[in-house]
Amino acid sequence: SFFGLVSQGAEIDIVLDGQESRKTAELKLEDGRKERLPLYYDGETVSGKVNILVKKSGTKLEHQGIKIEFVGQIDLYFDRGNRHEFVSMVRELARPGILTQGVCYGFEFVNVEKPYESYSGANVRLRYYLRVTVVKRLSDLVKEQDICVHTLAQYPDLNSSIKMEVGIEDCLHIEFEYNKSKYHLKDVIVGKIFFLLVRIKIRHMEVQIIRRELAGSGPAALNESETLAKFEIMDGAPVRGESIPIRLFLSGYDLTPSMRDVNKKFSVKYYLNLVLVDEEERRYFKQQEITLFRRAEKRRRPIANSYIEQAIFHHRTAQFGQQQQPTTRAQQQQSQATPPLTTPEDAAAAAISPGRHGDANNSAADSPELESGSTHVSPALPAARSAPGIKDVLGEDDDDNY
Amino acid sequence: MSTSTQSAASIQRLQHKRQTLEDAYSPPANFLEIDVCNPETHGVNKDRYTDYEVRMRTNLPVFRLKESSVRRRYSEFEWLRGELERDSKIVVPKLPGKALRLQLPFRGGGDGRFDDEFIEERRRGLEDFINKVAGHPLAQNEKCLHMFLQEQTVDRGYVPGKVRTT
Repeated sequence: SFFGLVSQGAEIDIVLDGQESRKTAELKLEDGRKERLPLYYDGETVSGKVNILVKKSGTKLEHQGIKIEFVGQIDLYFDRGNRHEFVSMVRELARPGILTQGVCYGFEFVNVEKPYESYSGANVRLRYYLRVTVVKRLSDLVKEQDICVHTLAQYPDLNSSIKMEVGIEDCLHIEFEYNKSKYHLKDVIVGKIFFLLVRIKIRHMEVQIIRRELAGSGPAALNESETLAKFEIMDGAPVRGESIPIRLFLSGYDLTPSMRDVNKKFSVKYYLNLVLVDEEERRYFKQQEITLFRRAEKRRRPIANSYIEQAIFHHRTAQFGQQQQPTTRAQQQQSQATPPLTTPEDAAAAAISPGRHGDANNSAADSPELESGSTHVSPALPAARSAPGIKDVLGEDDDDNY
Repeated sequence: MSTSTQSAASIQRLQHKRQTLEDAYSPPANFLEIDVCNPETHGVNKDRYTDYEVRMRTNLPVFRLKESSVRRRYSEFEWLRGELERDSKIVVPKLPGKALRLQLPFRGGGDGRFDDEFIEERRRGLEDFINKVAGHPLAQNEKCLHMFLQEQTVDRGYVPGKVRTT
């Protein structure tokens, strides 16, 4: 009998099973705030209870049915209304009827698939949530509860180092090496920079971690780069023959696993950017893509929660495609899909780009990018840059911003 | 968590070649010093002009002479800047001001553009300019820069081109 009533007559509350003991993870919301959400894995059952409280005792809440959905969806921010649901499951909680008092329904989405990791980025978001709907004649009552999903990956069998000689002819030749090409989120990047020729006056050198998010596809695709870390590794002018070590601990930074063409909607890639700055503020840089993955945490005690154990068994590893069985077939696929690193591709990707800048605060000088002369992969290991699902990145033109 | 279970070997420095003593203690390969100094005003009254000594010492192989000294005036710096803007792909730094106002007659006080203070400021600006430019790997490719620094006179009718083949 009232129009525009704020209190819609009922309060809906979703309580997940085991919430007290379940691990949580932080996710950024659309407005920038961070929220702590319960953490689930692929294959894990999502179950709990829905409490519906009628606000004023004595009032009757007439409804056309109550249902709960488990949804996994990708939102492209710049394309309002572009919401793609890749997981959608419904459970009917109640047939049409009348509620006069509080009521509690249990729900269980058994071993529900969660193929991708939750991601909250600049132009795209991937989220999983439960949605309770009390269908009514005029407007439904809706309550959502987000959860966070992490995808776990096995440590890759093949993880070759990255070693490359780059430079500017006659002015600067360096050889950089990173100990691996795939790092887990709590890993350490161990590397070194070796100076072969130094005819410019270098003032300092740093390593940056850059995240590049590619949302959408075709002409409307949006590319967003963010520098997540800047880590100075050298202060002062090096000469030929000097070797500068790198040891960069990743656990200190807010990183996600690399994501490749998630549901054909978006990708998240990570790059190490080596930057040398000379006395006149000119910046020389070389970007190199690395793959980040989330490793299952090592447990010292036996796993108490059998759900998590089941989840690891059933998970889909986005990056490395390793099924629990048959392992031999997966490994064969991996070696067949591995093209070797080659010099011409590198040269194409690393051509000098004069007049562009690696950093916004430099306007006076140019930023020549370093050309590669030759490319080395550590001996005895084939170049394992690809696994099923990862395309070789060397031929792509990543350098639109630099 | 993970770092405590990581062995020391997994985060140890990578093997590297030891630097030879020769490499460590030789003069660095990036030696390049350019001074703009000794301003001199030539001529009398209306036809006066000031030029500066541009003295260069370097061990960069791209420069033909390891030491050179030439005299250059402001308009020749302007010429160099124009050539580089047109031919090289670099963002060329700015020159010190042209002082157009000071060239008008009856500008009160001092000698106008032959004022000691003005010349000193200009000298500093030209020194900054030429050091920035000469140290740029892409500018080092341009014939105009080499002519400016190492030839006694600037031949404005030269054929523009590159010094290195890359």
